[in-house]
Amino acid sequence: MTARRVVRVLKQIGLYSAAAAFTGLAVFPFYWMLVTAFKEDNDLYVAATMRAHIPWIFNEPPTLEHFQYLLGDTAYLAWVRNTILVGAAVVVITLVLAVPAGYALARLTGRWGERLGIGIFLTYLIPPTLLFIPFSRVIAVLGLQNSLWALVLVYPTFTIPFCTWLLMGFFRSIPRDIEEQAMIDGYSRLAAMRLVVLPLAVSGVLTAAFFSFTLVMQEFVYALTFISSVGKMTVSLGIPVALFRDVFNWGAMMAAALITSVPIAIVYNLFIDRFVGGLTAGAVKG
Amino acid sequence: MPFDSLRSLRAFDSERPKAMSESAKRASRMGYVEAKDLHKHFGEVHAVDGVDLSVNQGELLVLLGPSGCGKTTLMRMIAGLEEPTLGEIWIAGERVDQDVPPRARGIAMVFQGYALYPHKTAFRNISFPLEAIGKSPTAIREAVDWAATMFGIRPLLARRPRQLSGGERQRVALARAVVRSPRVFLFDEPLSNLDAQLRAIARFELKQFQREIGTTTIYVTHDQVEAMGLGDRIVVMNKGKVRQIGTPQEVYDNPADTFVATFLGSPPMNLVEHDENTLFGFRPELFLPRPTFPPHEDIRVYHLRVRQVEHLGAGRLVYGYLEEESRSDQPVIAGLPVTIRTPIAEDQVYEFAVPRRAMRYFDRRTGLKRQDGPA
Repeated sequence: MTARRVVRVLKQIGLYSAAAAFTGLAVFPFYWMLVTAFKEDNDLYVAATMRAHIPWIFNEPPTLEHFQYLLGDTAYLAWVRNTILVGAAVVVITLVLAVPAGYALARLTGRWGERLGIGIFLTYLIPPTLLFIPFSRVIAVLGLQNSLWALVLVYPTFTIPFCTWLLMGFFRSIPRDIEEQAMIDGYSRLAAMRLVVLPLAVSGVLTAAFFSFTLVMQEFVYALTFISSVGKMTVSLGIPVALFRDVFNWGAMMAAALITSVPIAIVYNLFIDRFVGGLTAGAVKG
Repeated sequence: MPFDSLRSLRAFDSERPKAMSESAKRASRMGYVEAKDLHKHFGEVHAVDGVDLSVNQGELLVLLGPSGCGKTTLMRMIAGLEEPTLGEIWIAGERVDQDVPPRARGIAMVFQGYALYPHKTAFRNISFPLEAIGKSPTAIREAVDWAATMFGIRPLLARRPRQLSGGERQRVALARAVVRSPRVFLFDEPLSNLDAQLRAIARFELKQFQREIGTTTIYVTHDQVEAMGLGDRIVVMNKGKVRQIGTPQEVYDNPADTFVATFLGSPPMNLVEHDENTLFGFRPELFLPRPTFPPHEDIRVYHLRVRQVEHLGAGRLVYGYLEEESRSDQPVIAGLPVTIRTPIAEDQVYEFAVPRRAMRYFDRRTGLKRQDGPA
């Protein structure tokens, strides 16, 4: 083996161990969630005080008791239903407003488009921990306290700016020539947008829908402010707030988190190519 | 009567057959496509600065000029993609600049990058304009078939743009342009993405096809060879203004000003300072060793001090200075075809001559052509 080859092998080893370390760091919380969800209570709490106990493996056989408890004795399924309802409504509202807004910012306002876009994105950066105070006043005036409608109303205030900005970038990546061609080929601007621009922006629209939904799923502050009864909670509020009784119910909490995150992970992995890649290759030259 | 209702009355009127013949009459009196005092300002920049243009029915008119001269903006205004700041546009006797959107102007356009719809097959690309006007599926299939046959792309109809080569994409774009029989074709440098080898053939095919179909065509390019080869007439533009309109030969032989004289031709027209008011111009290929002219030809003889000779295969370029025109420190170029074998060495003085019919004079200050020789 030559010296150069040794260096190359060492570099490879370094690279892979770094990648492995980062992967481990990213995966560990999920692993912990998985293990905890299936552990006996004794394995979780009691054995933890013993010196010989190893916390990251099953010391006793796995169990489904946390899942039974979660699905049978808590309002978890109602939270899932609430989350899906609110999420779907927010996604629809967001897309209806953010798609035309993103398109307009990308195309129609010229030099001001960019500044407006940045301005809109800045509103996304204002933390909910500040905004919940004025919002709670608005919600009170509208009489929507402890109603899912409060969330449907408030969540678009951060999903729309975020998605408008995201979509603006996608629309900009679609060559202007193509929609002008459609307008010459006999279509109005609206028809050109519907028949040519939107099909090319599918990956962008999917990404926007996906991110608005996950933003809704992880939102905590507004849900905590506006929802008080357990039956009306969303997953992100119910799991940390309502599963806690006299003790931290770690097993049930982790089971709930696991069930919630698996579908997201599946959807994300199915569409990752669309999220990342565009469809515009081959549109113009090259 | 308020102006608006007057206009709407006229619009209503134009739907009747009698008024149709009226607009046809107007169309025959003026050009098929006409621009009148057309302006387009982008802030401080006057991209198009008072253009008058008249395109005859069936002709291929080339807009030629360097990049940024306003030719593309002018075409985009005719297409309706850009709104004029000032002026009028008429197509087939109908004024279109105010409220006729691109889709209603009866035009087809081929963009520089072809602008094919990447998510549609070649077939759907070509049929898309027909779907817009609600043609039946059978009629669409026939029309697409006709256009695809014309451009020899029938075997490619099921492919998507990204599976096509540059030349094939161009053909799909052309097929899409002809398929709904537009009144006017607009071409925006459609050959510039092809490699040089393909370009000459594509130019030939384009001209053939335009002659065959006889549709009025406006063609934008910055390539003078393309312009000379394709155009029935050429419009030379610079800085938003039309410098000259004429047949390729007219524009080449009798440039209206020094810009046109130097923009056309490779190498460009020689311009030497004749006196304080006059520039003297002549084409390199007409500036030849004296013995090559027949004795009866009316020529003007100069002594050329040769500084450099370039052998280009198809001929020679001889760089030097005119002994008689000592005011100028610009070298002049003589373009000798390969058929002239006179030996020419550097740093020698030779007798060269220009036919008097090929001598041009320009005003030194304005650059405009002078009718009557030096002042």
